[in-house]
Amino acid sequence: MANTTLEKNNFKENIIKEFKKFENHLNSSSLVALHDLRKDALKHFDTLGFPDRKDEEWKYTNTDLITKHDFHQDFSINTTSLYAKEIKKFFIPELDANIAVLVNGKYSDDLSNIKDDSNKIYISSFKEVRKKHSDIFNTHFAKYADYKTNSFTALNTAFACDSIFIYVPDGNKIKDPVIILNISDTKKPNTLLQPRNLIISGKDSSVTLIDLNYTVGNNHSLNNTVTEIFADKNSELNLYKIQSEGDKSFHIGTTQVHQEEYSKFNSATISWGGSITRNNLNSLLNGEGCECNFDGAFVLSGNQHVDNHTLVDHAVPNCQSNEFYKGILGDNSVGVFNGKIIVRKDAQKTNAYQSNKNILLTKTAAMNSKPQLEIFADDVRCSHGATTGQLNEDELFYLRTRGIDKKEARITLLFAFASEIIQKIKVEPLKNILFDMLHNKLKKGS
Amino acid sequence: MLTIKNLKANIENKEILKGINLQVNAGETYAIMGPNGSGKSTLASVLAGKEGYEVTSGEVIYEGENLLDLSPEDRARKGIFLAFQYPVEIPGVSITNFMKTSINEIRKYNGQEPMNAVDFLKLLKDKAALVELDTKMTKRFVNVGFSGGEKKRNEIFQLAMLDPKLSILDETDSGLDIDALKIVADGVNKLRNKSNAFIVITHYQRLLNYIVPDFVHVLHDGKIVRSGGKDLALHLEEYGYDWVKEENKKAVTS
Ligand SMILES: Nc1ncnc2c1ncn2[C@@H]1O[C@H](COP(=O)(O)OP(=O)(O)OP(=O)(O)O)[C@@H](O)[C@H]1O
Ligand SMILES: [Mg+2]
Repeated sequence: MANTTLEKNNFKENIIKEFKKFENHLNSSSLVALHDLRKDALKHFDTLGFPDRKDEEWKYTNTDLITKHDFHQDFSINTTSLYAKEIKKFFIPELDANIAVLVNGKYSDDLSNIKDDSNKIYISSFKEVRKKHSDIFNTHFAKYADYKTNSFTALNTAFACDSIFIYVPDGNKIKDPVIILNISDTKKPNTLLQPRNLIISGKDSSVTLIDLNYTVGNNHSLNNTVTEIFADKNSELNLYKIQSEGDKSFHIGTTQVHQEEYSKFNSATISWGGSITRNNLNSLLNGEGCECNFDGAFVLSGNQHVDNHTLVDHAVPNCQSNEFYKGILGDNSVGVFNGKIIVRKDAQKTNAYQSNKNILLTKTAAMNSKPQLEIFADDVRCSHGATTGQLNEDELFYLRTRGIDKKEARITLLFAFASEIIQKIKVEPLKNILFDMLHNKLKKGS
Repeated sequence: MLTIKNLKANIENKEILKGINLQVNAGETYAIMGPNGSGKSTLASVLAGKEGYEVTSGEVIYEGENLLDLSPEDRARKGIFLAFQYPVEIPGVSITNFMKTSINEIRKYNGQEPMNAVDFLKLLKDKAALVELDTKMTKRFVNVGFSGGEKKRNEIFQLAMLDPKLSILDETDSGLDIDALKIVADGVNKLRNKSNAFIVITHYQRLLNYIVPDFVHVLHDGKIVRSGGKDLALHLEEYGYDWVKEENKKAVTS
């Protein structure tokens, strides 16, 4: 016990020390305001430290297993450690898309492929965008993801550098999705990457984002991502996040959404890669008539651990939110679903729905499902349900009596179970690769 | 084709089948009748290979092989088909995909290539027509939201698709309206030939007017207590099972 605390402190102290090194690498043209923010975030990180399991928010996910490693971030700028041919395999066939590539959290001009130059959408690194849209950047950056109480967000904010800024001006409806290819290059041991993304969809705009997380190399890595999303009035934003990192990858992903009136946010969070994954997905419904849909699926094997942590904050009346998560847990894997819904005092006529269904394939797999409803208004419709069980024997037998062997029957049923989530994704080529990936994962794992 | 000898089976240490003897020959149809709880579905389940049954004695020989040694899928691949009394709903799996997987798994087992898409669609259409199942239904998830009658019709549709050697129909008539009963029975009659056999479990003579059996067996308390021709069913329709039960009791006590 004492030992892990010491190790944790080591990583913490080391990374704080590295801040100087980081400052030296930063371009001198770096905005003063941004840098003050970083320094403030670092102070908060120092005070907060990493969470332990006494922290209610981290009860089921042991960060000791992550922070016992001493991770290092590579601050050198303008270098890309990967070749185009190494990442080609991560592209989605038959999909017209703008592709923004991040390697270890850094935007890569060379690897990215932004076709859309119609000024209907701006996709670039922080550095570039600050030149053209510094007002928008400053209005929104670090305004939604709270670094004062969340230590991983504090750490990310302290080292926020050159990730992706996406801005869709008012009224623009973007047909082709934007792929954010978030690659951990772990050829060097203990790589720390801290992507920091800011996405703004203007009034009456719409855009679809595909957040793909992959690993190159076989060493340990920690991907501590923060993505802030501002959905302005009447905009529609789809975010599909795929966690497909390697066996030695740790992933702490925080997506903080801020929704204004009549905006619609649809998301699917699909996790089947990584060693320990924490998907924080939070939305503040800040204007009336908002709709917020969180879907998620996770398919785990070996010793994988996935923690889906969601928060829907109904701050105003007449909004609706739906959450639908499904998990398949094999071997010794562990899943967590922690779904918090806050309905504030004024948020009358709120409709909030939450469901989590899980299948355990072994006696040694475990699922912790915890709905948290904090309702302060009286005229609301709120429902939640969680079930965890085994594969249905009668269904299995039915398939087998039609000549389908046991293994194939299991895969068929599990595939059907998880595909309900994938089915809702609106991008066909993405759906197709996800179906393939799901099938492969099930074939290997069950 | 199938010989059942002195078959005894338990569920949770309770003896349900208490020594069944039955001979099934190719080209023939057998009706099994009997009161509720007498063990008809249990017999069907044991033949199909459902887990949870403990066979305590006896044997079942199917085409010269010990059937009880085979997995449910291998029994199906060797031509045994059970049309369930209570068909299971399979959310997320369409009937079309289900049948495609099923047919190709059976073909693979027999060393055949997967059926090509055109042939499969033709087969699907033909067999749907045979039981007058709307092909739109085949796009739906298996049995999900189906009415009682639709589920039964879907069972016979699957039977037609897989063209088994030995079909066991467990109360396929219950839930079907009069017109549907005729359609399904006609479908079954068209599938009957000299190399396959049918075991039809039913409570009602009416089905047997359409699917005329060669033999009728009465199952009571886990045993076949009466056998006869199709007239036996008519007799049961008129007099019920009490006389059979009485006779059986006498036979046991004497
Ligand atoms: N899983 C089980 N556990 C305990 N008893 C069972 C189980 N399954 C069946 N039985 C019992 O076995 C007996 C035979 O049941 P079975 O379903 O075979 O009857 P059946 O002849 O098909 O009746 P019905 O005409 O009502 O369909 C019944 O008494 C039933 O309660
Ligand atoms: Mg029955």
